[in-house]
Amino acid sequence: MTTLAVETIGLSRRYGRRWALSDVSLGVPAGSVVMLAGRNGSGKSTLLRVLATALRPDHGSARVAGHDVRHERDQVRRQVALLGHHSFHYEALTAHENLEIAASFLGRPCDPGLLARVGLEERADDPVSSYSAGMRKRLALARVLLQDAAVVLLDEPYGELDPPGFALLDRVIAELRSRAATVIMATHLVERGRALCDHALLLEEGRLAWSGEAALMPAEAPGGSARA
Amino acid sequence: MSQFVAALRKDLLLQWRTRSQLVAVFVFGASALLLFSFAIGPNAAALREFAGGFLWLALLLASTLALADSFESEMAQHALEGLLLLPADPRALYYGKAVANLLQLTLLGAALVPVMVVLYDAGTARVPALLGIIVLGAAGLSAPGTLYAAMTAQVRARNTLLPLLLFPLVVPALLGAVKATSLLILGDPMGQLGAWTMLLVAFDAIYWSLCGLVFERVVED
Repeated sequence: MTTLAVETIGLSRRYGRRWALSDVSLGVPAGSVVMLAGRNGSGKSTLLRVLATALRPDHGSARVAGHDVRHERDQVRRQVALLGHHSFHYEALTAHENLEIAASFLGRPCDPGLLARVGLEERADDPVSSYSAGMRKRLALARVLLQDAAVVLLDEPYGELDPPGFALLDRVIAELRSRAATVIMATHLVERGRALCDHALLLEEGRLAWSGEAALMPAEAPGGSARA
Repeated sequence: MSQFVAALRKDLLLQWRTRSQLVAVFVFGASALLLFSFAIGPNAAALREFAGGFLWLALLLASTLALADSFESEMAQHALEGLLLLPADPRALYYGKAVANLLQLTLLGAALVPVMVVLYDAGTARVPALLGIIVLGAAGLSAPGTLYAAMTAQVRARNTLLPLLLFPLVVPALLGAVKATSLLILGDPMGQLGAWTMLLVAFDAIYWSLCGLVFERVVED
């Protein structure tokens, strides 16, 4: 029997009167790399934020790494890393200081090679406020690597990255796959997603519209782009 | 405990990196003291009598700026949310920031004392006792101030809302701090200083225990 890293049943979440997620039921096998596709506003970010326990669901249930997102938040958070639209960093501090802070809360030493891995070693002691959007994304990626989580949620990870950044992210996803982490990646780059991912999920207006093997996902999927 | 130390180190580092804002807050407090002295006029006795009250009013007004600033950096890139997702203990985050704010307000209060002495001719020989009252009064502002700054940090009208919420709550602590400071400046023939100090300590204990419990509700979802 396949172990599920993520399982949702009837998951729903609304903002005011608008349902961003509606009755979403899905299962993600442990160790798999999954593409989450859909138009802007289809609920991709909301789903990832609910799974990361940044948002509470209004209805339904979700389990991540065997823990309930509603009642076992701390246990879920120890197993999940989220790369979201915000970089989670302090602008006034340097990249090195930001990673040191995250490491101190995780209770583990900060790997000095992390910033080199994401190509930021030369700017490690500059304040994050002086970084470009792509550099902030790289720093956020370093933080995800620092967390060493079993489930990694990537929300538009290619956004703002340059071509070397794309290659870096491809390598990171391959590394995560090799250490059997579960990756769910929300992206509009369907071609790239098909090449990297095992499975795909398509959301439309907050509902799960399609799921299956990534290679079989239609290239003209709503919100998708053939460019990779 | 290790998470509290990590939170305190983080907040002290953030305060150090944005120390120019503290200078601006001090100038604001000193300006308030100057304007209050204009309101009294050239009456040396009245100036001296109201010096304690004006010191705490200036510190209260300046504290709203400092407290609101303390959450700016947490909200800019959702850094506070990022820490909660690690997961960081919300109480450790609260007490780390509240202690850092206490240190900042104590420093601000101590820096405003010489301004008060010059403008109001209101010195005291009991400097350690005055510093003790400033620490206790700053504790009475920083504990609820940190909680309300967190509550209002994501609201558009936060600069209006923070004082509206904070000022009524800190009245008892402010009353104790003003009376104790005035007794140190004007003399304490009836031996009332101990009672006012105890009132201040009691309200500090209530603020620091209750606000720590409520903070998680404020920052989660």
